[in-house]
Amino acid sequence: MKATCWMGKQHVEVVDVPDPAIVNPRDAIVRITSTAICGSDLHLYNGFVPTMHRGDVLGHEFMGEVVEVGPDVHGLQPGDRVVVPFPIACGRCHMCEKELFSLCENSNPNAWMAEKLWGYSPAGIFGYSHLTGGYPGGQAEFVRVPFADVGPLKVPEGVSDEQALFLSDILPTGYMAAEQADIEPGDVVAVWGCGPVGQFAIASAYLLGAERVIAIDRVPYRLQVARERAKAETIDYEEADVYDTLREMTAGRGPDACIDAVGMEAHAPGIVGAYDRVKQAAMLESDRPNALREAIMCCGNGGTVSVAGVYGGFVDKFPMGSFMNRSLTMRSGQTHVHRYMRPLLERIEKGEIDPTFIITHRARLEDAPRMYDTFLNKEDECLKVVLSA
Amino acid sequence: MRHAQAAYGSEVTGGRTPEERLAIGLGWFSIGLGLAEAAAPGAMAQLVGVRDNERTRGLLQAFGVREIASGVAILRSNPDPEWLWARVAGDALDLAALARALDDRRSDRQRVLMSIAAVGGAAAADVYAAIALGRARREPAAAGRRARRRGRGEGIRFTKSFTINRQPDVVYGFWRKLENLPRFMRHLASVEVIDERRSRWRARAPAGMTVSWEAEIVEDQPNERLAWRSTEGSTIRNRGSVRFVPAPGARGTEIHVDLEYAVPGGRVASLLAKLFGEEPEQQVADDLRRLKQLLEAGEIASSGTPAGLRSPAQPAPRGEAARLAGKGERR
Repeated sequence: MKATCWMGKQHVEVVDVPDPAIVNPRDAIVRITSTAICGSDLHLYNGFVPTMHRGDVLGHEFMGEVVEVGPDVHGLQPGDRVVVPFPIACGRCHMCEKELFSLCENSNPNAWMAEKLWGYSPAGIFGYSHLTGGYPGGQAEFVRVPFADVGPLKVPEGVSDEQALFLSDILPTGYMAAEQADIEPGDVVAVWGCGPVGQFAIASAYLLGAERVIAIDRVPYRLQVARERAKAETIDYEEADVYDTLREMTAGRGPDACIDAVGMEAHAPGIVGAYDRVKQAAMLESDRPNALREAIMCCGNGGTVSVAGVYGGFVDKFPMGSFMNRSLTMRSGQTHVHRYMRPLLERIEKGEIDPTFIITHRARLEDAPRMYDTFLNKEDECLKVVLSA
Repeated sequence: MRHAQAAYGSEVTGGRTPEERLAIGLGWFSIGLGLAEAAAPGAMAQLVGVRDNERTRGLLQAFGVREIASGVAILRSNPDPEWLWARVAGDALDLAALARALDDRRSDRQRVLMSIAAVGGAAAADVYAAIALGRARREPAAAGRRARRRGRGEGIRFTKSFTINRQPDVVYGFWRKLENLPRFMRHLASVEVIDERRSRWRARAPAGMTVSWEAEIVEDQPNERLAWRSTEGSTIRNRGSVRFVPAPGARGTEIHVDLEYAVPGGRVASLLAKLFGEEPEQQVADDLRRLKQLLEAGEIASSGTPAGLRSPAQPAPRGEAARLAGKGERR
């Protein structure tokens, strides 16, 4: 089959690899119909995630048709149309019972490796380095889905691929970011990053009762989408000082909650940005946490900082004093996608959310290398790429 | 001494082993000697019998700084045998310098020879302490466990624990059916039950060999504890126990495994095994994780790629896929 493979830093190729087969009794094989490139794929593309191997099949946002199931998969049959969550979860361990699916204790075959870097291991993830399991991803024609009786959600006929696809990751991720912000009536929520997750976090914050949502980015067309489609007020951080502007916009209170939808490759103007780039290049810090630092400093007293952006290792100049002295709360985590898929599907069916508004590019699987480049460089006003296989 | 240890942040729990006390003594000796060399290089030059000029003073001061550094490192590292080896290297430097001084007619030969004898003595003590400490550190929780070790062979003993989200009777029941063990203990090829108490175990050894031994159950408290040991005359002498303890708050069962075995071939074989990547403690940790996966998820997680870490994350060819079931990943 054809699959999008990571071949090195900023180098992906669509090549022929063996078709996947059933390995374990709870596996299913899915023929991919639609798959997307995620912002977090760009961290892999840029070589910032360790334990990638030349030839790794990428992709953790995908959906398609079940073509084969293992003997222990009940409730799923060949022919079913499904969308698959990006974390792999067994559904039976203590963490899965607590619905913390992205912390499944049984799905990362390389858990020992993650334990070395992080202390304990999170769940396995499709197409996302060997640290999270070395599972072949879904930017391909077929994919093997472990624990298929737990993850895949059947998609009703009336819902299109483009409407359902983002249930695999970014829609639940944006939603969980807003949910973890503990929004109360009257709250002002600030969102760093107007990529797809940021857009969904803005929309979700309104759904959860935010009074105002203020979005921060520097890319004009992304700020425009945030204003026009997600209905946020916006700040261009290259035009205005973010702290001063937020403080004025909230009459001195500061936002009640701040969402980091940027992660480890934040851009920053001036000396601070240069500082982090140098330290990252010299491997003295693995992540550039500028959005996170700013979210903490800007958050109003007693507020919540919700971190949806991906971090990999260690950050520097973390404003712990601001965090501690002002009784802030920080919440984070890889998204527990399984928990949100069904309720969000219902919202899509009822028309409360139309996640398709972020799609700017539609292409064939073979076009993946060009599309990675377009997405990375924000060419052609690219916000989200959907590939059809 | 106690006071000093606390000042350097070392543990002061229940006394030191003799080799640790020796190492700490050497650390303080190092610091004392180093301070003397650094502060009074002229007097030191006279004492050891080398000519006293700018060059030797500078050299002695540099050696002094080295001595202080290695002394502090020994004390701070609680003490780590590596730093004692560093001292041994320093002793070699000292001896080399003194040997050169012997050829210098402006040296006091008598004093230099005595200095060589003194440094040689210190070097011998350093080598002894480094070896003894290294040996003690390789065996976990050295003192108490060594006291309990029986026989003469080089023994390995360790404990490993895991929590499994299943009731103790389920976990015990699975383990008690000894034929199940090779399903999650990767180094086991088979376990064959002979009778209620006795069983024959066959294990994969490094370099494609197998070894086998007979074991007998010495304690069996259903759902609580199981203990076994190899029978008299086995080539691999070993004993082990596993406790099944209800985990708090309905989190299933804590299993606590305690293993001890004599390694055939002693140290050399143990070293060889490590070269082949068969670290016993790590192996048991991996085994217990596979047991957890089997009992909770019903299967052992696999990326479905041909050789795990050593291959890119691409599907295994269809023929190979079935072979991967139940194996999980290799480190």
